[in-house]
Amino acid sequence: MSAQGELPTTSLRDQLDVRSGEEAHLVLRRATVLDPVAGIDAVHDVVVCEGKIASLAAPGEANTEGAEVVEAEGLHAFPAFFDPHVHLRTPGHEHKEDVETGTRAAAAGGYCGILAMANTEPPVSTAADVSALREQARAGASVPVGFLATVTKEMAGEELTEMVELREAGALGFSDDGLPIVDAGVMRRALQYQHLCGGNIALHEEDPRLSMGGAMHEGPVSAVLGIAGIPSVSESTMVARDAAIAAHESARIHVQHLSAAESVEIVRAAKAAGVQISAEASPHHLCLTDEEVRSLDPHRFKMNPPIREERDRQALIEGLRDGSIECIATDHAPHQPEEKDVPFEQAAFGVTGLETAFAALHTELVLPGVIDLGLLVERMGGGAEPFGLPRPTLAPGAEANVVLCDLGAEWTVGEEGYESRSANSWCAGRALTGRVLITVAAGQVAYRLRSFSLGVAA
Amino acid sequence: MKHLLSIEQLSREEIEAILDRAESFAEVGRRDIKKVPTLRGRTVVSLFYESSTRTSSSFDLAAKRLSADLVSVKAAGSSVEKGESLKDTIATLSAYDPAAIVIRHPYAGAAQMVAGWTAAAVVNAGDGKHEHPSQALLDVYTLRRRLGSLEGVRIWIVGDVLHSRVARSNLIAFAKMGAEVTLCGPPTLIPRGIGALGCNVSYSLDGIEEADVVYALRMQKERMSESFVPSLREYAANFQIDSRRLHPRQLLMHPGPVNRGVELSGEAIDSPQSLIAEQVAAGLVVRMAILYELLAGGDASAPSAEGEGSRPTPIGTPA
Repeated sequence: MSAQGELPTTSLRDQLDVRSGEEAHLVLRRATVLDPVAGIDAVHDVVVCEGKIASLAAPGEANTEGAEVVEAEGLHAFPAFFDPHVHLRTPGHEHKEDVETGTRAAAAGGYCGILAMANTEPPVSTAADVSALREQARAGASVPVGFLATVTKEMAGEELTEMVELREAGALGFSDDGLPIVDAGVMRRALQYQHLCGGNIALHEEDPRLSMGGAMHEGPVSAVLGIAGIPSVSESTMVARDAAIAAHESARIHVQHLSAAESVEIVRAAKAAGVQISAEASPHHLCLTDEEVRSLDPHRFKMNPPIREERDRQALIEGLRDGSIECIATDHAPHQPEEKDVPFEQAAFGVTGLETAFAALHTELVLPGVIDLGLLVERMGGGAEPFGLPRPTLAPGAEANVVLCDLGAEWTVGEEGYESRSANSWCAGRALTGRVLITVAAGQVAYRLRSFSLGVAA
Repeated sequence: MKHLLSIEQLSREEIEAILDRAESFAEVGRRDIKKVPTLRGRTVVSLFYESSTRTSSSFDLAAKRLSADLVSVKAAGSSVEKGESLKDTIATLSAYDPAAIVIRHPYAGAAQMVAGWTAAAVVNAGDGKHEHPSQALLDVYTLRRRLGSLEGVRIWIVGDVLHSRVARSNLIAFAKMGAEVTLCGPPTLIPRGIGALGCNVSYSLDGIEEADVVYALRMQKERMSESFVPSLREYAANFQIDSRRLHPRQLLMHPGPVNRGVELSGEAIDSPQSLIAEQVAAGLVVRMAILYELLAGGDASAPSAEGEGSRPTPIGTPA
């Protein structure tokens, strides 16, 4: 982690791909600035210029000449967020999402960078696939995007992809997300090979023989609904297996979307034992339980891994607190209505989350006092470092990655539509408190809330 | 009551109202002319995505006995085979302005979703492994006729609870009527956490002597290949209800169709304690009562009578 005063030597713009646009020249006047990692918590004028945080000036004192001035008194400026787990559905399912709409959704959620998963159609398995996506991102991505490639060819779980060549083409790391790597031998080879190719390996942990046919968490609610369950052990046994293999091979793994209390415990123990393991949790797993599935609404409540019981939710929150889980990742998974307007068991897995992650967690965890605001901000930016990327920071001199939020703003999700091409938000219809007003990503204004007007300095 | 989607949605009073109504239809059924004009001019659609003998035939006959026009659609041979979505199929059938849609579907929550897509009253005739409310109502009706009340009656539901919508609906219905329910079967076929519903769970038939009613479930042959049970032989050895295990004081029920020699022995099926034939007879009058309550009952939320000859008619008058 970057200590106070120490600046990252690289930027998201250097390592990821984004559309080139006008550099922002902004002054966020009298903003409440909070960057817990950099140790900043005070009211400042935030000056963004030439792609960087030019300065954090005393309130009302910044030179505003030539700058667009935002009267930010009472508003909060945080380091913008980083999401290591997004499905851009490109190539192959552009009717659900593409690079442009997905990164617009990310910008609207306050993100300055995302990692796109490789389970597209076809999967991202060759250097040409990676190059084509990077090209698209440079043409149309609102925020910097990194692309993961699959670990195994066609995600079949049998043969490794050409991981060195993929890295040379710019793959940020590897993942067969959507599917587990069932064969422990293949998993081991990939982790051995990591010593040659580098790049973290992000894992969707699920034993398909234990989860087979399941559509929701296995527990009292699934028993009553008569829906086949996905037991917690289908996840925790695989987390334990892969932590052990990573330890054996001195390799690095990133465990995606933790959902079960037992998995958190395994990650915690592995970290204590010195395993190079990082983990993420999704906003829906942190806010919801399987009680919601009683509604049988697949639009909002069907995802894999499934939302589980209150004890699991509490374990995930505890994992966030003690650092067993270093980051929040949305697992933004867009689907069109025809895949969701069907009975629960037939519906596609996945919910969207980029546009609501911060507001939902602020509403459900920070306002009731479950976690404090600083911890949320820290974990919303924690997804960059596990993939060798610099954590967004507001330290002067750093790349400008800023989100300006109105923590008192109340809004209803979906009433003004979505930036995403899909509407399967787990928050649809919810009233949330806290809203992103402006996102600056890699020095460019990536998003402004339409109804938020900017004052120009006299 | 606008729809019948689950037993869970019904209060004990609502269950009793349907059963009382069914009693009066049983009286009609003893007449020479068994038809009443209650639903004349109204349309009932029956839409079955799974094979069914008892449920589909009794709903169809119930609609006809109430003088409704009946459209009966089976998934096989319909547009479903051409890939039409459930939502589109409902939109198509709703164009006939049906008063009710009776639906059986292989997945949980289908009837509930349909209720959101149509103005018709929706009857859940079985949704996946979730609920089968009309079966539970006819079973409560059958027991109430025999025993007077279910209060304090001990009922064991035996067999493949995991894959059974009948077990779920009946467990809830029996408990609402005051019965004490035990679920019994091999641990592989009892859903984890089902005890949260307030029932007892037993992994063997030990103690079944206490039961007043033994309700056996259908054991499907494919459960063996999925490692739920090692063999039907071992299942039968441990869980089959036969004349040795069935006490003369106990009543025997089964939702049908029965696998003779698997969950029930032939003797048990044909024994005087068996209520299986009564269950089938109850199916008709209970389903008439369900359609009546939804389409012509006193509830203000029932669809108002439209079109000629559709005024609800007292059921006392034969057509």
